[in-house]
Amino acid sequence: MADEKLPVEKFPIEKKVGAYICKGCGLGERLEGAQLTMIAERDAKAHIVREHDFLCSEEGVKMIQDDIDNEGVNCVAICACSRRAKTEAFRFEGVAMSRGNLREGVIWVRPDTDEARETTEEMAADYVRMAVWETKFMSPPVGNEEAACQRDILVVGGGVSGLTAALETARAGYPVTLVEKTGQLGGKAGQAWKAVPDRAPYKDPVDTGVAELITACEADDNITIHLNATLTKTAGAPGRFEADISVESGTTVTARFGAIVQASGYEDFDANKLSGLGYGKTPDVVTQQELEALARAAGGGPIKRPSDGKEVKSVAFIQCAGQRSNKEGLLSYCSGHCCATSIKQAMYFKDQNPDIDTNVLYRDLRTPGAGGEDFYRSGQEKGVTFTKACVDGVEVAGDGLKVKFEDLILDQDSEENVDLVVLAVGQVPNSGVNIDAVPLEAEEGSEEGIEAKPAEVHVPLESILNLDYRQGPDLPQLVDGFTDSHFICFPYETRRTGIYATGPVRRPMDIISAREDATGAALKAIQAVENAAVGRAAHPRSGDLSFPQFRKEGCTQCKRCTVECPFGAINEEDGYPQFNESRCRRCGTCMGACPVRVISFENYSVDTVGQQLKNIDIPDEFDEKPRILVLACENDAYPALDMAGMNNIEYSAFARIIPVRCLGSVNLIWITDALNSGYDGIILMGCQKGENYQCHFVRGSEMAYQRMSKVDDTLQSLSLEPERVATYEVAITDIERAPQLINEMAETIERIGMSPFKF
Amino acid sequence: MSDMGSVAIEKYRNNNYRNNFLHEVEAHVEGGEWVKMCMQCGVCAGSCPLGPHWAHPPQEIFMMIRAGKREEVLTSDSMWMCTSCYNCIVRCPRGLPITHIMHGLAHYAHRLGLAPEKQPTREFAKLFWDNITKNGRANELKMGLSLYFKDGFGSGVKEAMKNKALGQAMMKTKRMNPMEFFGGHGVKDKSGLHAMLAKAREIEDAKFEQGK
Repeated sequence: MADEKLPVEKFPIEKKVGAYICKGCGLGERLEGAQLTMIAERDAKAHIVREHDFLCSEEGVKMIQDDIDNEGVNCVAICACSRRAKTEAFRFEGVAMSRGNLREGVIWVRPDTDEARETTEEMAADYVRMAVWETKFMSPPVGNEEAACQRDILVVGGGVSGLTAALETARAGYPVTLVEKTGQLGGKAGQAWKAVPDRAPYKDPVDTGVAELITACEADDNITIHLNATLTKTAGAPGRFEADISVESGTTVTARFGAIVQASGYEDFDANKLSGLGYGKTPDVVTQQELEALARAAGGGPIKRPSDGKEVKSVAFIQCAGQRSNKEGLLSYCSGHCCATSIKQAMYFKDQNPDIDTNVLYRDLRTPGAGGEDFYRSGQEKGVTFTKACVDGVEVAGDGLKVKFEDLILDQDSEENVDLVVLAVGQVPNSGVNIDAVPLEAEEGSEEGIEAKPAEVHVPLESILNLDYRQGPDLPQLVDGFTDSHFICFPYETRRTGIYATGPVRRPMDIISAREDATGAALKAIQAVENAAVGRAAHPRSGDLSFPQFRKEGCTQCKRCTVECPFGAINEEDGYPQFNESRCRRCGTCMGACPVRVISFENYSVDTVGQQLKNIDIPDEFDEKPRILVLACENDAYPALDMAGMNNIEYSAFARIIPVRCLGSVNLIWITDALNSGYDGIILMGCQKGENYQCHFVRGSEMAYQRMSKVDDTLQSLSLEPERVATYEVAITDIERAPQLINEMAETIERIGMSPFKF
Repeated sequence: MSDMGSVAIEKYRNNNYRNNFLHEVEAHVEGGEWVKMCMQCGVCAGSCPLGPHWAHPPQEIFMMIRAGKREEVLTSDSMWMCTSCYNCIVRCPRGLPITHIMHGLAHYAHRLGLAPEKQPTREFAKLFWDNITKNGRANELKMGLSLYFKDGFGSGVKEAMKNKALGQAMMKTKRMNPMEFFGGHGVKDKSGLHAMLAKAREIEDAKFEQGK
């Protein structure tokens, strides 16, 4: 059963395995320590095996450290609690370490009864075997040799987000280069007359603060500003980006950067598509942005309407113009800022002359942010009328405009004659080329939505970053053209490590949110620079020093790794993959993709998992003891199972759980090997996939699903029932469901019988 | 009083979704300045025990005011349905004194002569006012009788006979004095009271002319 060959090529020194079995936390009372010691010694062939009553104590840790120092132990297998527990105590430099989960994974999920004792012991024995075999095939990560430290940070876009990011970065002591496409800093907000207040008492419109921001950036010695400049090429990786900046004079400046902040902002939704609301038919129907220009022209005096210069005496604001709609060609989402913006703009009129009638026609009034509600109330106090209405259309009527709408409170068709109509059109992200729209989606066919979008939203399809990446010139987009990010856990991260999207390019937002957002992105960029300098991974495996390596002689140049990498970390060089370690997030999706299994990490490889599942003891068919292999995502499913243990939720003693970095790293060979070695059932637990994905590596779980859809062939060729392999989406909160899934598989096996592949 | 109504109409010319009527309400109705603060959440409508019996719940009345629907609001019987339970005031997230505004609107409509003629709450209020201001004390016997006979003699006798047993029981336990029918008890200085009320009305009318 045991494969005696140790992988020598990666970790040339002789391996000496120390297995340490803890007897604390009730382990000593529930499990036969002597039995486990014997298994570690005889079955798993650990060189040194020691028991301890309290392994994570100072004394216990010292015992291990002494073995490392004096006995030459370089592979440590700690058979105690979950790998998620006591990470502070069990931290040993320069050695490979694995953890056998005897506490959360065994005694806490099994009843303390005489009948259960035998199967619980078997479970513990297997976890000891797994820990020892795993560590034998691991080597301590040495860190990325290509680590580079370029401290300069590139900010793309000179609006509020870009300026804030530049200023915050510069103030933290990092040199910044800011590239602005137009000839002027300040962006959209710079053209506004006033801004929604960002502090108490939230009563009146305030200065935008953009002028001060520009002055501060211009005065900062750490900030270099290029106006009328674009990026013509961006190559490299975090810590060593190389950007060609085409500057005003027509020449190209090439500079090196550690990280990039993309604050390319938004464009207004094209109001010409809203002809039903009168836009384009008369100049007296304007967008919010255009009203800002009218207000600036008025400079605090009476605002005049564009058609004839008459002072506006009545104005209607139409909210959600072309937004929150399921009609084709309109925006499906809410842009968030428009309600507060309309209240602010109504105040432009009311503050100047309280007799001007201002009517805000809204469907749902939303004023997010700390002061939103106060600002709304202030608008009401100033006499702005708010009407919950569904606007049917705007017509030119006599001297002015007639707004026709259904009053949703009075439930009747109404109309109002006004001098000016303001449309709250939405924000369309300026995120450049939709790199997924071109070849990938075309293959899938029916999904025309993604392909149709760039045409709909009228954003120039020029690339922003012009990335010299195999995967395309810009950041991948999630929905509606907004750049991708794990919205809940890592909002700033994009799928291109070291490049952070901020401001309305990431999600619709106002000035206040953009400033906060940009500050966050600046800090993330700094973190990326520092991580790159020491070869550390960014989230979610922050601090991980391992990185993928591949055996070139085995590679068949199939390119699956380069295509499937969610982060565009792998380029091609002469047909072979070229890993950009600093771009890598260490998910192992490439490892899972590789059909010839030549990709591995020092501490995570096809072998570290493969050896675990091969060395689990499989009782023969007549023992009535099936074995269920559970490959659980370490981010969500594994913690959920740990928590099930903490809550003493029992599950089948036949399950053997192996954490994986991401379901995307699951190589089909593990499934084939498991089926061949006589496992009766296999469960894969990953995160939610699709548009509202929860996968920490964005596309890992989706890749796993795609691969697993092909596992049926394997099952058929082995004449096995398809129920034996199941893939589930498990969230970290599925504390009761995850054990239930395991129990269901146990029931299924009871129903369909044991696997015939036992030897 | 109805001429005063037309004066006000002239002053606050009706116009859709212009703030004219809102300004009128703010100037003349108790609590009227709060109307603009309603955010249309509908908690008042949901809290009102008489909710199903109103043509327009409070939040709708407020929207009608903002939409300039003067006639509809002032001739409506909705605000007359308020029983002053104060549920809406307690629950209004914006702190609007809704009960007071309802009474203010009813009062204002009454003064303008626009309130619905046969609205029972209004009729009861009128009878009660006449009853109590006559002697300065409530004459319960006469109050009851005037309510019975408000729709004419025939129905009055019928109503009175229906409550015969109750009336007799009240008399037996000395809860009601039949002698009250002849004049009844009152305050010491009736003419002084009447002069006071006349003066109060004069002041209020003057206030009404210029807005409260």
